[in-house]
Amino acid sequence: MIMQLTVFLENSEGRLADLCRTLANANVNMSALTIAETSEYGLVRIICDNVFHAVDVLEEAGFRATKTKVLAVELPDRPGALAEMLEALDSTKVNIEYGYCFQSNGDTAIDVLKINPADRDAAEKAISGAGFKLLHWDDIVS
Amino acid sequence: MPHDQLEAIQLEGIKKTVINCYENVPFYHDLFDQAGFDPYAVETLDDIRKAPFTTKQDLRDNYPFGFFAVPKNEVREIHMSSGTTGVATVAGYTDHDLDIWGDCFARGIWYADGGSDDVAQICYGYGLFTGGLGAHYGCEKAGCMTIPISAGNTERQIRVLREMGSTILCCTPSYAMYIADTALAMGLDPKKDFHLRAGIHGAEAFSDNFRADLEQKLGYKVLDVYGLTETMGPGVAIECMEQNGLHLAEDHFYAEIINPETGEVLPDGEWGELVLTTIDREATPVVRYRTRDITRIIPGECACGRTHRRIDRLHGRTDDMLIIRGVNVFPSQIEDVMKTFPQVASWYQIELTRKNHLDVVTLKAEVNPDFDFDQISSIERLQRDIQSAMKTALSVGIKVKLVEPKTIARSEGKAKRVIDLRGDDK
Ligand SMILES: [Zn+2]
Repeated sequence: MIMQLTVFLENSEGRLADLCRTLANANVNMSALTIAETSEYGLVRIICDNVFHAVDVLEEAGFRATKTKVLAVELPDRPGALAEMLEALDSTKVNIEYGYCFQSNGDTAIDVLKINPADRDAAEKAISGAGFKLLHWDDIVS
Repeated sequence: MPHDQLEAIQLEGIKKTVINCYENVPFYHDLFDQAGFDPYAVETLDDIRKAPFTTKQDLRDNYPFGFFAVPKNEVREIHMSSGTTGVATVAGYTDHDLDIWGDCFARGIWYADGGSDDVAQICYGYGLFTGGLGAHYGCEKAGCMTIPISAGNTERQIRVLREMGSTILCCTPSYAMYIADTALAMGLDPKKDFHLRAGIHGAEAFSDNFRADLEQKLGYKVLDVYGLTETMGPGVAIECMEQNGLHLAEDHFYAEIINPETGEVLPDGEWGELVLTTIDREATPVVRYRTRDITRIIPGECACGRTHRRIDRLHGRTDDMLIIRGVNVFPSQIEDVMKTFPQVASWYQIELTRKNHLDVVTLKAEVNPDFDFDQISSIERLQRDIQSAMKTALSVGIKVKLVEPKTIARSEGKAKRVIDLRGDDK
């Protein structure tokens, strides 16, 4: 399990740039950034180092930021890896709230999954049971 | 007393009031004639609806003695209230008027099972303001040992509270809180060091939370009292120990709730402007006086068993009212709804705009840090929930937009709750 940084943004011009600048000035290093959006809002989800510090810095700068617990799974870089992992989860009836993938280095990808807290244990069991590696904080940011 | 007997008293009183006004107050003579209202033709309580309203401006225009219905040598006392515009309004009291005033306020003490064993400390200001003397007459009438200490000098208030063993405190709610906080800061425990049982607090609106806080600090029961100089002073309505609405002194005042826009009388339970007609005031009777206070008649009987109907605690003034697509909306109604959403509560703002000649209402609310906003669906659900709660409470559809922290302008620690941009129609 790792900590993700989530930031609530109104879709107003320049806010995303402000956000990234604020994190850069605070020496926060990002590994991944995705945006979920509607016509009015954006939720920016970030994998980075020093999440606790990042939340404080952002709140101080007037952003609404929070920490979210998510699962991170290392996937071998080959066709079908993601499908296998999701099928393993599917058999447990675990509910995935959202997910996204990013590349960490040459030969592996990382899949981030937000699982309902009540289902988290079951999900972790199913994933490692299917032979996939669950990552911890230190594995990602180094 | 059963309510139909009370209504018979009201009808007799109102008949006398309108005739007295017509015959002795030139203003009313002209007003009734112009409105085509015949004061001799009042047969039922509903007939009073045919009478025209009296406004605060009418009272100002007839300063100082234009509303007196008796010769000055029958007037024992006057009080004045000054408006923000500076011109005062004057209320006069005969011996009889002072007597009923005391009786009305004393009801608060009786509601609290008080009487001659009580020590009443009155720290409303004495003077032209009706708070001090109104409470004073009431406490005397109820037989209390009355301490006319007036407002101010908080340390002396605290000394008197301890040394005289005051059991009833009459003052504004904010001053009661100030006394409580000062006592706590002095290292006292008001619950042990004071002997208070009840507080009769009015002249300012206060929230339920404020009341709970005050009761917890001072270890007593807080009763809300309502009144206004133009019809008498404090005591027009007072809460009983049920703390569920204020019993109107219906034997002295006839109350109607109207739509402040149309003047139409509203049924019990609906919010609107309180309109009062005095039933037995001699010096300055008023007919259908528009108080500009927003309340409602609480339907049904009070658990205490008293038959006098109750008004709800005030919901602001008509001056604060918004008219949105023809519907009256009070900022306090919006506040009530927002209180039920801790995810956003503290900072919000209503923005009124007009598009194609239609009012558009947008409520912007800042998201609180502890709200779990990690999913779009939770944000949208919150938006929908607020929208439907507003629709239920206000009968007006509004759009809710969640915004980032500190985007709503603050001034002196308060958010400006309403921004009306309907002047610039797009
Ligand atoms: Zn009652």
